[in-house]
Amino acid sequence: MTDSALAPSAMAAPAAQRRDFGLKRRHASEARFRFYGITAIVIGLAFLIILFVSIISKGYTAFVQTSITVPVEFSEQIIDKNNERATDPLKLRAANYPLVARNAVAAFLGIDPTDKAAMKAAGDLVSDSSRVQLREIVQADPSIVGQTRTVTLLASGDIDSANKGQIDLSVAEANRKVSDKQLELLNQLKEKGAVSMPFNWGLLTFGASSRPESAGLGVALIGSLFMMLVVLIVSLPIGVAASIYLEEFARKNRFTDLIEVNINNLAAVPSIVFGLLGLAVFINFFGMPRSAPIVGGLVLSLMTLPTIIIATRAALRSVPPSIRTAALGVGASKTQMVFDHVLPLAVPGILTGTIIGLARALGETAPLLLIGMVAFVADMPQNPLQPATALPVQIFMWTNEAERAFVERTSGAIIVLLVFLAIMNITAIVLRRRFERRW
Amino acid sequence: MKVAVFASAAVIALAAGMGAAVARDQIQVAGSSTVLPYAKIVAETFGETYPDFKTPVVESGGSGAGIKQFCEGVGEDKIDIANSSRSMKADELESCKTAGVTDVQEVKFGYDGIVFATDIAGPDFAIQPVDIYKALAAKLVMDGKLVDNPYTKWNEVNPAFPAWDIAAYIPGEKHGTREVFETKVLDAGCDKAALEAAGVAKDDVTKTCHAVRKDGKAVDIDGDYTETLARIDANKTGVGVFGLSFYENNADKLKVATVGGVVPSVDSVASGEYPVSRPLFFYVKKAHIGVIPGLKEYVEFFLSDEMVGPDSPLAEYGLVPAPDAERDAARAAFEAGTTM
Repeated sequence: MTDSALAPSAMAAPAAQRRDFGLKRRHASEARFRFYGITAIVIGLAFLIILFVSIISKGYTAFVQTSITVPVEFSEQIIDKNNERATDPLKLRAANYPLVARNAVAAFLGIDPTDKAAMKAAGDLVSDSSRVQLREIVQADPSIVGQTRTVTLLASGDIDSANKGQIDLSVAEANRKVSDKQLELLNQLKEKGAVSMPFNWGLLTFGASSRPESAGLGVALIGSLFMMLVVLIVSLPIGVAASIYLEEFARKNRFTDLIEVNINNLAAVPSIVFGLLGLAVFINFFGMPRSAPIVGGLVLSLMTLPTIIIATRAALRSVPPSIRTAALGVGASKTQMVFDHVLPLAVPGILTGTIIGLARALGETAPLLLIGMVAFVADMPQNPLQPATALPVQIFMWTNEAERAFVERTSGAIIVLLVFLAIMNITAIVLRRRFERRW
Repeated sequence: MKVAVFASAAVIALAAGMGAAVARDQIQVAGSSTVLPYAKIVAETFGETYPDFKTPVVESGGSGAGIKQFCEGVGEDKIDIANSSRSMKADELESCKTAGVTDVQEVKFGYDGIVFATDIAGPDFAIQPVDIYKALAAKLVMDGKLVDNPYTKWNEVNPAFPAWDIAAYIPGEKHGTREVFETKVLDAGCDKAALEAAGVAKDDVTKTCHAVRKDGKAVDIDGDYTETLARIDANKTGVGVFGLSFYENNADKLKVATVGGVVPSVDSVASGEYPVSRPLFFYVKKAHIGVIPGLKEYVEFFLSDEMVGPDSPLAEYGLVPAPDAERDAARAAFEAGTTM
């Protein structure tokens, strides 16, 4: 008894010592690991903050646009000298509207019409897009010719940049796009309260333009929307059908293994490859139009399919087998089991995968380069067959512009794109939180 | 779910069948990124001025890529116009003809100056082509022997220059600008007789003249001038190569260098005084005229004095207008349908 009592205590003492042994070191290693983890997160966050600060600080000004509100005299002398507008409607279209705008600004400031330099400076204050703006006013209501109406005109891009302090005004006058005369006129306009900075709706509604003040994301937004619709219509049904078959019906053999490997591989193929494929198949073989969102959408569908298939299969697999056996047990057929019991439970996962796939497709530029969507497109597309661009493409195009006013617009466009991506990803998270069931 | 499957099948079938049936009603242009800003201004104004035609679609991607697309064939799914910052090469024209694009109309619409510029705070640079050649060539003739370029600072090349490390941002090899840089600057600064005397084979002399050092002192920029500008912003002692129009739009950030004592400007390039300039082109597929609505009108509009004349929007952006006689000749040649 004493022996047996002694024996464990004799053995326990060294065991206790061994348990103590290295405790400090293990604690230290855990502390180190935690420190590494926090450092990694801090570095990641720091990059994110740098990114956001640089984009937002450069881009927030793009959401306001310098505008000049002056009474515009729709002079009959300039627009329709010989009073032909009743017989020849083209007269109103081809009239010299920039001159109307220039005279309006000059008259408002009381500039002597014989002072050529001042008149030119006044004309350069307003955007050339006033041609379209004033023309639309006249075409909508031809009776306005000969009358005066107060119109808010866009300031030209350089004036806009100068007003926002983006042009260095301390350098010699010859070295900047804005002359001292223009600045003087701008200040006079400001004193008279004609200069305003309204929200820049044009950034979201205008098409591409060579003039920064009238350049917008309209065509790109519609193009991206069309492409996302095509991707959704094409890749969601195909992807879901393919994964249901592979997961629930197909026999597991070498052939299905091969398919699985291929799908996983496709998900990792660089997107430019899909662009090449799109050019060869959709444009050169099927003869579909260049620069059209339908082709872009089909190309992006090919790219999104593997993502959707992988997500859907994972969602199907996460449905517990008990649901399947219970359904079969009460006499459901295999099809009924899949569509009535398994699929509804997998829907949140499928939707999340689809939205993440779409978000990735929304940010793609490379495959669009080869099918002609990296382009200058000014007209709004009416359907997915007409030329359009996409949001990231527009950002890329604006990056390459020489004018200063495009710098802020590039960042502004990035903010818009980020907002869309954030909305999509938040939707994915909300859907998952809401409908996900835990077992 | 079934509905969705049928819908997607219908979309694919529709897309496949429909593509061929749609007639294109807008002009498709592709090519040089140097010509892109000009083409955009013309396309936009064209769309605003002509009510019956849509605004042309202008793709960018570089002169070479544009010409390659242009030469893929004739048909509505092929582009109508290729923009180029250099003239079409003989082998490119050959490949055009093999693909059935037999009638190509060449249109020269103006000139572009190429300038050297430093950060706005930098000192004045008065460059001669030979300075650039000495600073950037891969191999130089020293004491009658061909050696690797030994210079590391600008003031070693020319004592008038500042003691900056050599860092030049030059257009990459896919750019049309590179060719101009080679022929107008490197060639002009290169002493061919000395190279031959140093034992370079006659056929290799030009190649040796054009070879740029690869030790990191000359950096190829494959992107656009905005990338060059960003490099200069980051490295205040860098020297960059820009288009004249790009420089004029950013003259508050850049200081331009004189070449051969001439300050680059629209006037000095137009008069031929400033040596580094090149013509800008676009190529029109004659077979598409009359098929694609507005193509003829677009080209005529592009060539009108309203667009490329001395007081035109393109000149304001930085295009160097061609002399009056040359503009008239270009219009007449297009009207007559002259092909290459």
